[in-house]
Amino acid sequence: MEMKPLTRVILGLVCLLVAIWLVAPTLVVVPMSFNENKSLAFPPQGFSWQWYQNFATNPEWSTSFLNSLKVASLVAVLATVLGTLAAFGLDRMKARPANLLRMLMLTPMVVPGVVLAIGIYAVYLDAQLVGTLTGFVLAHTILALPFVLIAVSANLEVFDRRLETAAASLGAGALTTFRTVTLPLILPGILSGLLFAFATSFDEIVVSLFITNPYLKTLPVQIFSSITRDADPTVAAVGTILLCATTILIGGGMLLLGRERKGRL
Amino acid sequence: MNPRAENRGAAIDLDTVSKAYGSFKALDGVSLRIEPGEFMTLLGPSGSGKTTTLNVIAGFTDVTSGQLLVGGKSVVGVPAHKRNIGVVFQHYALFPHMTVGRNVAYPLTLRGIAQEERKKRVAKALDMVKMGDFAHRYPSELSGGQQQRVALARSIVFDPPLLLMDEPLGALDKKLREWLQLEIKRIHRELGTTFVYVTHDQEEALVLSDRIAVFNRGRIEQVGTGRQLYDQPATLFVGRFIGDSTVLRGEVKSDGTGTALTIAGETVSAPRRLAGEANAVMLLRPEKLVIRRPGRDAAGTNRLSGTIAEAIYLGSGSKYEVKLADGSTAIVRSPLAGESFSLGEKVELCFDGADAKLLPDDSTADTTLT
Repeated sequence: MEMKPLTRVILGLVCLLVAIWLVAPTLVVVPMSFNENKSLAFPPQGFSWQWYQNFATNPEWSTSFLNSLKVASLVAVLATVLGTLAAFGLDRMKARPANLLRMLMLTPMVVPGVVLAIGIYAVYLDAQLVGTLTGFVLAHTILALPFVLIAVSANLEVFDRRLETAAASLGAGALTTFRTVTLPLILPGILSGLLFAFATSFDEIVVSLFITNPYLKTLPVQIFSSITRDADPTVAAVGTILLCATTILIGGGMLLLGRERKGRL
Repeated sequence: MNPRAENRGAAIDLDTVSKAYGSFKALDGVSLRIEPGEFMTLLGPSGSGKTTTLNVIAGFTDVTSGQLLVGGKSVVGVPAHKRNIGVVFQHYALFPHMTVGRNVAYPLTLRGIAQEERKKRVAKALDMVKMGDFAHRYPSELSGGQQQRVALARSIVFDPPLLLMDEPLGALDKKLREWLQLEIKRIHRELGTTFVYVTHDQEEALVLSDRIAVFNRGRIEQVGTGRQLYDQPATLFVGRFIGDSTVLRGEVKSDGTGTALTIAGETVSAPRRLAGEANAVMLLRPEKLVIRRPGRDAAGTNRLSGTIAEAIYLGSGSKYEVKLADGSTAIVRSPLAGESFSLGEKVELCFDGADAKLLPDDSTADTTLT
């Protein structure tokens, strides 16, 4: 259908406004991180790298950053292994019970984070997992697993299982078939699941706030406590770094998924 | 390559093999012996059990009961990857993440064959299917026919004594199909292995096979050469499935020497009778019927009147569908030199009673064909 020129202009303007509205809060952070004064006022004044320096040298910041990296890496591995196995099991089960189980495993995405956090906190108090690495990894894995499950399932859905039959006819046992045929073909899904899992853990805040203690803080927790304490533009510097990092990660994940879809057409 | 390969194929013996899915019997006591090096086609409509038979031989499907020998050894319970049988699928099933060369090398790598030898055999197999220049391409860069040739190379590169093909040309257009049929025939001759070929296309079966097993409803109706099936069909189903045919049904009267059939007032006869109780029908091949304008004298032969319902020009001749007095349709082929007839014209069909096959009537033959 041909659009009238005026309609097209209005449509373009609306799109632009929505885009600005969506991105503006994020972009406000970037100039603030270069502020000369120790304030979070907008617009910022002058230009300096000092808050980035502070982030790199202040142990409070660097420790929490390393903590986050550690937790997110472990979560990424754990969630990817579990999520991939789950996706496989569900793919090869009868449809009805599989759908039920799948919905169950996806609930962490739908359940309000606070509710989940309360539950986890209550359990962790008894199990003495508050403020421990194990505690963070387990809690974040619950949240990250659905992303892996979705990514790998999407790949398995378009995977042609007849290729496994063909491999068998050529002499490949079940394990060899998985290693040489199935795994390489669903690898994009597994990798994008891995990226999403890492990102999910890395910027998780709600559950983290509940299960943190002074001995173990992740970066988002540190940001939150810093900003509630004083107006330290280091927060903005960290935010900018995080923004770049997650954009690259998620962008990479989307690219992997997208390329896979196109390759199958 | 040796042009006239010695007989290197495996024999296959199916002994009352059955396969049931719940109460549905996909295979109902199938027995079949396939000779070493033979080109055997399993022919039948969809759901007749031909693909199930192939899957049973390949090891993709377990049998419910019965015995299956490949090369004289029972393979019941042996998993597919240990049977050393080549399989070509209708959907090619090439590994999309491997080049053509790596696809073909795959079964050799699994068998631990050294790289040098592997390269040689991959090249030889690709040459055999005339895809030697494509080793570095990916399957997605090839046409359907090319992909199927690569799949064929992959399934013969490890020298299996038996090659199974499941409607391998089903997804290709007619011209390509006909050319590849001849290629498959040539490869069969060069390899000398046993080929088992599944198709629902009777013309393809006639072109390719040494013998054809006609499947219907989980059973084998008849096994024989194409000529045997065409000239001597054992059942009405086989007669109708192989080639064009006209089936005459009517009131049957048989005496000691012959059978007479009365169809809407006209009587035809054949100098034979059917053993047993079943109601007889006559089956006539299109070239055994002579079509002509009515009224002329023709003593001694059988005559039926009808009207032309369809006239099809074939190039080498014409094919007519003639509506008979009882409403059934007869199919007649007439040579180019003969008279031509137009739609709606009243005609007479004549035939020699000796050319009519008497077969027991089988009402299911009609329903499973359509």
